[in-house]
Amino acid sequence: MHLSKSLSLGVAAIALLCANSVMAQVADGDTSTMKIGFSNSYSGNSFRQVMNQSFEAIAKQAVADGVIADYGMVSANNNVTEQAGQIQNMILEGYDAIAILAGSDTALNGAVRDACDAGITVVVFAGTVTEDCAYNVNYNWASMGKQEIDFVAGQLGDKGNLLEIRGIAGDSTDKDISDGLHSAAEAYPDLNFVGTVYGQWTSTVAQKEVATVLPTLPDVDAVVTQGGDGYGAAMAFAASGRKMPIIIMGNRQDELAWWKEQKDANGYQTMSLAATPSVSQIAFWTAQQILAGKDVPKKVEVPLLTINGDDLDAWLAATPVGGVANPTYTQDLVVKMIDANKNGDPLPATPAPNQ
Amino acid sequence: MTTMSAALAGGRIRRLTPVLLPLLILVMLVGLVFVLRPNTMSYMGLNLLLKLSVPLIFAALSQMLIISQGDLDLSTGAYVGFVTCISAVYLADQPILGWSILIGSVLLYGLVGLVTWLRRLPSIVVTLGMSFVWLGLALFILPSPGGQAPDWLVALPRLRPAFMPFPIWTAIVCVIVLEFGLMRSSAGVVLRGAGGNPQAMVRAGWSVAGLRAIAYLLAGVCAMISGLLLSGLTTSGAPNIAPSYTLLSIASVILGGGAFVGGIVSPFGAVVGAITLTLVSSVLTFLHVPSVWQIGAQGGLLILVLLLRGLLKGDDQ
Repeated sequence: MHLSKSLSLGVAAIALLCANSVMAQVADGDTSTMKIGFSNSYSGNSFRQVMNQSFEAIAKQAVADGVIADYGMVSANNNVTEQAGQIQNMILEGYDAIAILAGSDTALNGAVRDACDAGITVVVFAGTVTEDCAYNVNYNWASMGKQEIDFVAGQLGDKGNLLEIRGIAGDSTDKDISDGLHSAAEAYPDLNFVGTVYGQWTSTVAQKEVATVLPTLPDVDAVVTQGGDGYGAAMAFAASGRKMPIIIMGNRQDELAWWKEQKDANGYQTMSLAATPSVSQIAFWTAQQILAGKDVPKKVEVPLLTINGDDLDAWLAATPVGGVANPTYTQDLVVKMIDANKNGDPLPATPAPNQ
Repeated sequence: MTTMSAALAGGRIRRLTPVLLPLLILVMLVGLVFVLRPNTMSYMGLNLLLKLSVPLIFAALSQMLIISQGDLDLSTGAYVGFVTCISAVYLADQPILGWSILIGSVLLYGLVGLVTWLRRLPSIVVTLGMSFVWLGLALFILPSPGGQAPDWLVALPRLRPAFMPFPIWTAIVCVIVLEFGLMRSSAGVVLRGAGGNPQAMVRAGWSVAGLRAIAYLLAGVCAMISGLLLSGLTTSGAPNIAPSYTLLSIASVILGGGAFVGGIVSPFGAVVGAITLTLVSSVLTFLHVPSVWQIGAQGGLLILVLLLRGLLKGDDQ
């Protein structure tokens, strides 16, 4: 009796383990004859250029490994009719999947519909299109606000004064992050927003704006940001001679370098989080996995890259001067993200690079 | 074939050059596309390939009417964008309001033609000003891209007519209507005459102001159709959807044998020119030319055609 009982328990445990490993299963349907294309709405800034390079690096490797047959990339010059035309050309070129960074939520619907009708898998990332047949791979910007508030509340013992640095007025990402910040802050009645400036996601603008508003503010305990603005905020506080608050960083090299300098000097603690240009690689692997037969939900939320004090050195070493921390997303990690979305589990963290 | 053998008979070749040359280039481009991507050689393939040329065809015809008056319209692209906004915001839910605005805007086009003639204003400056007016109005109606074009408009470019895809039918119908309406009919001759030789038309007892207003009005109608079809293709509207149409439409007309002197235009040439310019970017994509180079390549082709035209024509002009 005992034996059979422990045996059946053991079988159950093994079954559970297997079930677990099955859940993170990479679909292995044959995609070696298939082509994946990338249509970028714009390539005129460094973020988009790193995005193109990231896609190309992973696609080239996939071709070398025999995972896919070929890849292709086009960029429209911020012109949606041009992008629609390029997508139509990709349909004619016989791509099996197209990853799209859309120049508009709606203007590409016609071209996306044509692609779906031609049996092509369409993965739209870092933005959306409203056409239902496309898969959407995107960040949850509101969760960025929540992560920041939860971290700051933990550091400050749930009470303190916050300065908010927003992005560009009228931008939907700016609104989503800010809304996330404020709704998360409702859980902490003793966290007070004492000021808001628009830093345009640019260090120099943020520095000027923070320096302008600082004399009018009471003590600031933490600065919540949207990325690209942390270093400028730090410079403004340093120049004012005030106590340095917790400033949430945005994965830029200058931010990480400043943080490390402070951490080594006086144990300064903060966190850094932002979107990464290599999200194009997540789109690539999502497309590849759909082609390989994996059941993928129509909406896939992907994690922001979060850097903690422990990983700081590793990320800083891997980030070029003037750049932004940009992990390489493996097929395995992307499959874990897809599965987390399917099962409603927390999204997997992006491991720090090996030094 | 008869045209070809007749054309060999000396003098006619020069007269036909402006029309035959763009056609020759178009045939060569289509041939190149077929060689590069054989799967375009089908109903579906041709449809996809030529789809986005349809709005440009109408923009080119609009520009052609203005150029026939010896003028230039720098507001075409902005106006087409404005029409897509009206279509995406009003046509589905408030069609009466939407159509009223569109008809009003076409009347405004006619008024521009009238005023530029009566006050002898340079059309380039007036239409440049109008381009800002259209852009401003479009941004006011639809600050960021979006909206939803009415279903019938979205369905239109998806039509699957018999024998040939929608874009080719559209091109043929446009050419037939305008060749007969503008080039063969007496009304068309008078209309072109207002641009080619206004003094003569005045002496013959015509009101040049009225003729020009009509030409601009018709140009407004063509540009409106362009905007409606574009919003149907993209299913939405955006103020900045078609800035390139201004220069592409001028290029289409000139590519198709038109001249800036007024009176000298060819609907057939303009339609062929518009299709050619659309195909050029496809060919460049198929050849994997980076998109940053494509605009330059389009311009290079235009210059090449004009040079060829000059060479074949000789110096009898």
